[in-house]
Amino acid sequence: MELIFAVTVGVMVTCSVFLMLRGHTFAVVIGLTLMSYAVNLFLFASGGLALHEPAILADGAEYSDPLPQALVLTAIVIGFAMTAFALILAIRARADLGNDQVDGRALPGDSLANKEPQGKIRQSSVSSTAKNTGGKSR
Amino acid sequence: MNLIWVPLLPLLGCLVSLLLGRYPRSTMALGAAILPAIALGIVVSLAPEVMSGSNPVVTYDWVPALSLQISFMLDGLALMFTLLILGIGLLVILYARYYLSEADNAGRFYASLLLFMTAMLGVVLSANLIQLWFFWELTSVSSFMLISYWSHRSDARKGARMAMTITGAGGLALLAGLILIGEVVGSYDLRTVLASGSLIAEHSLYPVIVVLVLLGAFTKSAQFPFHSWLPQAMAAPTPVSSYLHSATMVKAGIFLMARFYPVLSDTHLWFALVSLVGLTTLLVGAYTALFKHDLKGLLAYSTISHLGLITLLLGLDTELASIAAMFHVINHAVFKASLFMAAGIIDHESGSRDMRKLNGLFRYMPYTATLAMVAASSMAGVPLLNGFLSKEMLFAESLHQETFGSLSWLIPLLVTVGGALAVAYSLRFVHDVFFNGEPIGLEKTPHEPPRYMRVPVEILVVLCLLVGVLPDLIVGDLLVAVGASLMPAGVPEFSISIWHGFNIPLLMSFLAVLGGVALYRQRRHMFNFQARFTEVDPKLAFEHMIQTLVERARSVQLWLDNGSFQRYALWLLLMAIAAMSVPMVNIPHARGSLEVTELDMVALGGALLMIVASVATAMLSHQRLLALVTISVVGLVVSVAFAWFSAPDLALTQLSVEVATIILFLLALYFLPQKVSLNHLSPGRIVRDMGIATAAGAIVGTLTYAMLTRPFDSISSFFTENAKTGGGGTNVVNVILVDFRGFDTFGEITVLAIASLGIYKLLAGVRLFVPAADMDGRPWSKDSHPLMLMQISQSLLPLALLVSAYIFLRGHNLPGGGFIAGLITAIALIQQYVANGVVWMRDRGDLKFQWFIVWGLFIAFASGVGSWLFERPFLTSWFDYFYLPLVGKFELASAMAFDLGVYLTVIGATLSILANLGKLTTTDRPTRPGRRS
Repeated sequence: MELIFAVTVGVMVTCSVFLMLRGHTFAVVIGLTLMSYAVNLFLFASGGLALHEPAILADGAEYSDPLPQALVLTAIVIGFAMTAFALILAIRARADLGNDQVDGRALPGDSLANKEPQGKIRQSSVSSTAKNTGGKSR
Repeated sequence: MNLIWVPLLPLLGCLVSLLLGRYPRSTMALGAAILPAIALGIVVSLAPEVMSGSNPVVTYDWVPALSLQISFMLDGLALMFTLLILGIGLLVILYARYYLSEADNAGRFYASLLLFMTAMLGVVLSANLIQLWFFWELTSVSSFMLISYWSHRSDARKGARMAMTITGAGGLALLAGLILIGEVVGSYDLRTVLASGSLIAEHSLYPVIVVLVLLGAFTKSAQFPFHSWLPQAMAAPTPVSSYLHSATMVKAGIFLMARFYPVLSDTHLWFALVSLVGLTTLLVGAYTALFKHDLKGLLAYSTISHLGLITLLLGLDTELASIAAMFHVINHAVFKASLFMAAGIIDHESGSRDMRKLNGLFRYMPYTATLAMVAASSMAGVPLLNGFLSKEMLFAESLHQETFGSLSWLIPLLVTVGGALAVAYSLRFVHDVFFNGEPIGLEKTPHEPPRYMRVPVEILVVLCLLVGVLPDLIVGDLLVAVGASLMPAGVPEFSISIWHGFNIPLLMSFLAVLGGVALYRQRRHMFNFQARFTEVDPKLAFEHMIQTLVERARSVQLWLDNGSFQRYALWLLLMAIAAMSVPMVNIPHARGSLEVTELDMVALGGALLMIVASVATAMLSHQRLLALVTISVVGLVVSVAFAWFSAPDLALTQLSVEVATIILFLLALYFLPQKVSLNHLSPGRIVRDMGIATAAGAIVGTLTYAMLTRPFDSISSFFTENAKTGGGGTNVVNVILVDFRGFDTFGEITVLAIASLGIYKLLAGVRLFVPAADMDGRPWSKDSHPLMLMQISQSLLPLALLVSAYIFLRGHNLPGGGFIAGLITAIALIQQYVANGVVWMRDRGDLKFQWFIVWGLFIAFASGVGSWLFERPFLTSWFDYFYLPLVGKFELASAMAFDLGVYLTVIGATLSILANLGKLTTTDRPTRPGRRS
């Protein structure tokens, strides 16, 4: 079981590193997400693999290691925040730079740049969309 | 008086000069001179103590934790240099009063000069290596200001930059050398270092140390091949040249070699390196000096030559060579300072420094001419003058050295040649300028300078004569004291006298004079030969070198840092792989000693699913919707894996985060292209990236396996033992989060809050392309909020909130808690946004997500601060059990308040991320055109 666990983590890291080296922001963010899965599994594994031994206190029971679990729990939540930040950064970059390349430089043969005009795209001129939460001025 | 005042007084004088900047020059010179004069008085009063063999020391703690001290010591060597620096410095101050014109900013001049004086005093008095280096660099900086004093002149700026660059580079080498010495000895205290000669000499780093320290010394003392900055520094005002190139700046390198002479010399490496460099410099300098038409140029190269002479003496392995070197330091400082001043007077009163124009000046300024001729004779080594004595000592010592074995006879021969060249250029200085016909094309008629401009020259020339006639009386005791610094083991008996009888050194002197006169008489042939060389301007060569260097550096930098984030990611990954590979190679087996658990079919199936889904994600990343499907499979299986391996809290968290993540990605895809072509990808790039990825994966996989199969000591037993008794909960993971490691959790929810605020800012004011159709051109569905979905999700909302409340409340004892409950609530609300739309939600109560975050953080913080009221540390938890009718026994814990803070923050952050992004999709709906709140 340990072997297959390790192999799985290894494959996940391989795939995520490959994705992180890509030029499109979306692929990089996906790679980042995959990497955080792998890292969480790795951290979790530092407490050992235990079956049917949750760290819920009961009489005479064996417990899995609660410390890596606590660490990973917050790591999952923060990983989400980081993924979200990277993704929004990618959106913002596309809005400001007009392409979705990590380096901010559009590729000459990129389908995106060519395709965009035919998709009947309208530009929304919202200066502060995130402020559009209130209903007061209605 | 305290020794600390010696470097401190000139530093204060620096301020005085700046304050007196608007007074007449005489007042200013007086103001500048007073404090150094007092410092000189202090040194003289301390001199008898030093001569009798004790060295006054002052030490102040600077940074005791780093064993850094401010420490000054006055030993024989420092005494000699201090006298030169202060004595000649005072004469230069007087001289500069008459040299500078009304237009020059004399305040700035004196301030720079005194700063430089402070730096030099600091170098020679420092008893701490780091402090010594600090003052060493200060000499470079302050000499830069002095050389570039006439900053409107391009040659002054370039010369200053060149001096700064070369001596500064040497300073860095010196720093490295000093740090190595400090590491080897274990102390930066000079006295400790000087007492550990054998320790350094036997260390394997000794050659590195010697080369680094000598690089510092050679660049500062303008030794070949680092000599080119010195002639360029002649663009400075003559008082500066007279100070920098006689007693101070260039002598700092000599001082450094003398300072470390007791510990670093006495090896073949030292003798060979120092004597060869010194000899080469002696000859190159003397030869070049002969061909300079500029008075100061001639003096500059003669300075280089004499510095080579001193260096050569320090590199000779004979008993008295170092004493002779120090004696020549004094003599050279005295005659060269007076010669520079004389050259300045000639320049000042005749308007030119070109020896092709200056002729027969004796008639116009006989007094100055006499002084200059005496000094020049001393430079040439004429008997009865001080220069003769030290040159005789050089000749005598060169006969006894044995560094080069059977080739050692070359040294006396070449030294004699150097002596002849010195006679020749001195003769040229005297004959060309003061005799040899009439002046040619001078702008003004030369005349004697003001009375007091000549005084410094007079004093120095009298010193030349006095030392030359009565050497033992004037400098004998001082040289014994200096010798004690250079040879702590014991100074050999020596006496300096004019007459040693007819011997070989006298013969060598005689030959040198004859040869010099002959060379000068035949100078026409030599000038013709020299004219056949194409002359390279050292400034241009230097600029070229610097520009080439900058270009090279830029091309390397562009290769490393080409502005591409992909490239940076590549470097980081390669570094990480390299850093991990080395320790991994040192682990003999991946498999450790632990028994492995048996493989079950569920785990195998899950693992295979994860592997397939991961690979699919990597392969399908260009078909983005498909990639999202596959990565969500990975996320789901991860949460199942957590559940399988006894981590229910993690499983719940992962599951709810997974939902939020996928919603987020779907929203993002709305604004990003859903498909991209991969045509631009080169196959080489794919292979390279796959190689790197495989290496990284292999390392992490192996590490995981190695970790899983090795036994370890966990600190977790503490948490399981104390969770119930100390934290009042049976769910250990939750108790760790809200109690044991509560402060960490507080930090983490703060990070979450900051991330969501960052996202809010990123989305504010964004100008997005909102596609009207998907990538294949199909319009969006008209029915964006299907009735079924609306009804079901609306009826699910209370249920979902109930579940989240339940999960929250039981969290302390069973899987659950603030994080999970918060995520569930957030998802339940997001579901309403998805099903009903932003407008519908806004009409039914405007949720201000920021307030959730604020209140969440505040409650968490307050529950921590609350423990202060009971005089306990931040976040100390409290719990107790209560009984209520109907409800029964229940527990109240302060940790629950903290968990409530976590709960609210997670809701606020998640919603603010998702809902703010989601609202972007609705902005250009016709009902709300460009609406502002």
